[in-house]
Amino acid sequence: MVRRILKEVKQYTFASIITPVSMILEVIMELSIPYLMASIIDKGVNAGDMSHILKVGGLMVVAALIGLFGGLMGGRFGAMASAGLAKNLRESMYNHIQTFSFSNIDKFSTSGLVTRLTTDVTNIQNAYQMILRIAVRAPLSMIVALVMAFTINARIASIYLIALVFLAIVLLIIMFTSMGTFKSIFPKYDALNESIQENVSAIRVVKAYVREEQEISKLHKASKNIYNIFVKAEKKISFAFPIMSLTVYACIILISWLGAKMIVQNQLTTGELTSLLAYCMSILMSMMMLMMIFVMVSMSIASMERVSEVLKEEPDIVNPENPVTEVKDGSISFKNVSFSYHKEGGEPILRNINLDIKSGEVIGIMGATGSSKSSLVNLISRLYDVTDGEVLVGGVNVKDYDLETLRNEVSVVLQKNVLFTGSIYDNLRWGNKNATDEECREAARLACADEFISSFPDGYETHIEQGGTNVSGGQKQRLCIARALLKKPKILILDDSTSAVDTATDARIRQAFREAIPGTTKLIIAQRISSIQDADRIIVLDDGEINAFDTHENLLANNEIYREVYESQTGGSRDFDETEVS
Amino acid sequence: MPGPGNRGAMGRPRPKLENPGKIFRRIMGYVFGPYKFHCILVFICIVVSVLAGLQGTLFMRNLIDDYISPMLLTPGEPDFNPLLRAILRVAIFYLIGAMAGFAQNILMIYVTQGTMRNMRDELFEKMEKLPIGYFDSHSHGDIMSTYTNDIDTMRQMINQSIPQIINSVFTVVSTFVSMLVLSIPLTIVTLIMIFVMMMATKFAAGRSSKNFVEQQKKLGAVNGFIEEMMNGQKVVKVFCHEEEGKARFKELNDSLFESADKANAYVNVLGPINAQLGNVSYVICAIVGGCLAIFVPETSIFSFTIGGLVSFLTLNKNFSMPINQISQQFNSIVMALAGADRIFKMMDETPETDNGYVTLVNAKDENGKLVECEERTGKWAWKHTHQADGSVEYKELRGDVVFDGVDFGYVPEKMVLHDIELHALPGQKIAFVGSTGAGKTTITNLINRFYDIQDGKIRYDGINVNKIKKADLRRSLGMVLQDTHLFTGTIAENIRYGKLDATDEEVKAAAKLANAHGFIKRLPDGYDTMLTGDGANLSQGQRQLLAIARAAIADPPVLILDEATSSIDTRTERIVQEGMDRLMKGRTTFVIAHRLSTVKNSDCICVLEQGRIIERGTHDELIEAKGRYYTLYTGNKIAQ
Repeated sequence: MVRRILKEVKQYTFASIITPVSMILEVIMELSIPYLMASIIDKGVNAGDMSHILKVGGLMVVAALIGLFGGLMGGRFGAMASAGLAKNLRESMYNHIQTFSFSNIDKFSTSGLVTRLTTDVTNIQNAYQMILRIAVRAPLSMIVALVMAFTINARIASIYLIALVFLAIVLLIIMFTSMGTFKSIFPKYDALNESIQENVSAIRVVKAYVREEQEISKLHKASKNIYNIFVKAEKKISFAFPIMSLTVYACIILISWLGAKMIVQNQLTTGELTSLLAYCMSILMSMMMLMMIFVMVSMSIASMERVSEVLKEEPDIVNPENPVTEVKDGSISFKNVSFSYHKEGGEPILRNINLDIKSGEVIGIMGATGSSKSSLVNLISRLYDVTDGEVLVGGVNVKDYDLETLRNEVSVVLQKNVLFTGSIYDNLRWGNKNATDEECREAARLACADEFISSFPDGYETHIEQGGTNVSGGQKQRLCIARALLKKPKILILDDSTSAVDTATDARIRQAFREAIPGTTKLIIAQRISSIQDADRIIVLDDGEINAFDTHENLLANNEIYREVYESQTGGSRDFDETEVS
Repeated sequence: MPGPGNRGAMGRPRPKLENPGKIFRRIMGYVFGPYKFHCILVFICIVVSVLAGLQGTLFMRNLIDDYISPMLLTPGEPDFNPLLRAILRVAIFYLIGAMAGFAQNILMIYVTQGTMRNMRDELFEKMEKLPIGYFDSHSHGDIMSTYTNDIDTMRQMINQSIPQIINSVFTVVSTFVSMLVLSIPLTIVTLIMIFVMMMATKFAAGRSSKNFVEQQKKLGAVNGFIEEMMNGQKVVKVFCHEEEGKARFKELNDSLFESADKANAYVNVLGPINAQLGNVSYVICAIVGGCLAIFVPETSIFSFTIGGLVSFLTLNKNFSMPINQISQQFNSIVMALAGADRIFKMMDETPETDNGYVTLVNAKDENGKLVECEERTGKWAWKHTHQADGSVEYKELRGDVVFDGVDFGYVPEKMVLHDIELHALPGQKIAFVGSTGAGKTTITNLINRFYDIQDGKIRYDGINVNKIKKADLRRSLGMVLQDTHLFTGTIAENIRYGKLDATDEEVKAAAKLANAHGFIKRLPDGYDTMLTGDGANLSQGQRQLLAIARAAIADPPVLILDEATSSIDTRTERIVQEGMDRLMKGRTTFVIAHRLSTVKNSDCICVLEQGRIIERGTHDELIEAKGRYYTLYTGNKIAQ
């Protein structure tokens, strides 16, 4: 996992190496200063030798300047290395996601991918910088300080070693005991936020039932719970800091006592005592740094896992070798097709599908929610691969086509459709980059979108907000249809794409299709019977199987499911929801 | 609406605070109010632990000058006893200091967590009382972020920043005094170096903050692009649009790298610059101090001992450290103030006003007269206390609703409903049909006073709804909304939401009435099945049935139904419809109709267009009229 992430360092390898090297330089220079200080005190001040003071003082200034150079380099290159890693990670992930099939995307979910590309990358960036700069610095400065202390006086330095071991053990114990408590907090904390979230989105229900007081007391209870466990958990770690300062104090006192004795016995000088005290401080500071890094890194481990999951994911639909790059016609056949979203052992949601659709036919598809209508059509442009059997388009198995060729010829208007930031022209040209303005307008006219687009002050240059929030549901659907038409496909699939368009407009769109693109095979999924009843043939899907495949008249006469739906929608129970005033 | 700024995890703009002092005082109100005693103790603890550290540093001078040096000068067996006593004294002070630190930590946990809890509770209480309009105009993400991100900034500020700053300020002051006592010339040297450090910090911080703003902006752009493209990823695949996206992403990503690189580089060099300048300051003090110790005679006020020098050098380090810490904490305080600003803004929103004084009471007939009573009789009455003379009048709750010349707009400049006239007799069914945005839902939201009307009157059983206490008004109205919202809890609890003291039998009866009993029974845990995440484990139709059951158990005389959506398939819809029909029986019902079947048998159908009732009548009358309703019903205005 870590190796996969580190592979993305690439052109920033130099920066990643120079950073810790510079930090080493900084640490050594910084820690030589107390050592030199001992010399100033003993040989300079105590001996009254001014020139020695100046000489060593000059040396110290030089050390500080070299240290500064190291620090600057480390800072500069640390920033570059970590920002660079973040850049590469984002780019690799983004590019890799572009190769994902629908089932890969489903696996991670949209919001999952967004978090991985944003928050997780930022976490890794911070952790990487921390590791390059401080993770090298802290242990090194601890070691150097210890070595220096030992060269000055091994007996006193061994006090540090004992203190260090003691502290490490105590801190680890505190960390491990509190970690469990903290881990148990987060789900509770999430639950609290979830219940607030519920209240925000269901505020109308709360108010309609006058349940404000009840909700408030519910939250008070949850909030008191959170308070109690947080207090409990934080109390556990609150021991850490006093223990640390007690250890420092104990060291200082022991050094003072032993140091004084040794000086009197001529085993130590005053200057050396000063240096020892300075090293004591830097050792313990490094200890604290290490703790901090430990927390940071362990936090970023989850992020690393999530990012490398994306990078390691194998796209499960790839272009075949020697792909077919031409689709002969718009005929479709399904041969013994069954399909399941889970590769192994999942209950198939489509079973024994056998279909033959001629080029240019108009096919309606109906069935209850969950009868796998969308799954059926998604197999045609190979958005998912069949589990068993085969799907042929233009007489060739879809698995043998070049993906781009296939998807350009089989144009799908998805049920959950999306418009992108940009002008209406920009959005339409997703269908065909090189479409002229006139071609765009023609497609819009076919989709009955031209009239409302023209009524906008900016017409086709109207800016669409992210997610298409500034057009209505029906307008969005019509724009999506126009976009799909611009591909000039051999097969056009409308997956419940006119549900928010009123019946009259819906009828006009279908009429336009009949007249303008008669040669295109059209598959129309709809809840409204009026949208499909004039199709050449209609597929009735029931629980993943084809219940019937026939004309409207025959189905009405022979198929019970179809008749039931038809009757419920006509004779006064038709649907006039979402109709638009155009 | 709050600005369109990206308020994602990273892309938060830092708003300019109008009155940081006032916000800070208000936060302190939350801290000091309930925790005055704690705060005083914490302050004492900080002082004690700073002093304990300082006495240790100053002890070095005594150690060298008063104990070691004399011992070195006196020949013969040295006497360690005075030193031992001195060291023990220092040790005791240290121990006290450490205990004070410990006490401070523990106390701060209570203060911090308590303050966060109080703020959260108060925020929630205030939120529950806000009018619906607030939720319309604020994104749910923004509201949630106040609870999570903004309240979290309080933790950092109260728990760390403020104690740290008090500690730092106190350390700086006491260290400064000690330095002055030890040596005035060296203190001046130290101050000069501190000044240089501050200038360096200011320079680097200025550069970096400029680049940070740039970085945040570009990060916002990258995150926005990612969000958009990930949401549309399936469309990207369908249109083979991968390469275009990649190119655009690379552009944005590379430019983000450039500013991130610069911004972080400036921040990163700040640390080493200050650290090494600190070292230079240390060295200069050593040299100057050395000169003083050698050349200045002991009688001068500038005289200096080795012990003094050792102590001073430590003080020199201790002096620059807290100054750095204060500048670090400053950033988190600014963040916390911005967070608090958002918290307080939400708390300060005007809550729903309620001047109603007519209440709903249980009633019973006594000799043909309506009398208020304690027990549940199944009969309700409006208790109308006349304000003029204090006389009380009881009026039976029947469900008679009148709209009289009602005008309404969400904002005063833009009216969405004009001159609505309507009379629903008890038990009647009134249907609203019309296109999206014609104002159907808005009308129903006026009856229960989710919004207040601008002009005209709405009367409920002859009483102006403004005079009825909101809670009582809403209790007398049942609502089944198009977006069903369920709560985390069991199915039974969700149904009971309509009537908190309902028995298990009543819950079951309501479920049966709503046609929900069938599917509930088939769930593995039946009525005790836990619903999570707004009932995500149920189908849309099942959730709708639960919402109907919830309304049924409340048993209100007036019902408002926003009908099932097109996302339910026909067969499920029939089951839902049956449930609704049973619920409507005998109640005044307002239906926002999406299906013609529900409309047909209404007592009155109102066709709405652009906020006006353009047609009204029974189904047959409207078909006869061949107007808008006829077009909607037959769906063939243009096709034929």
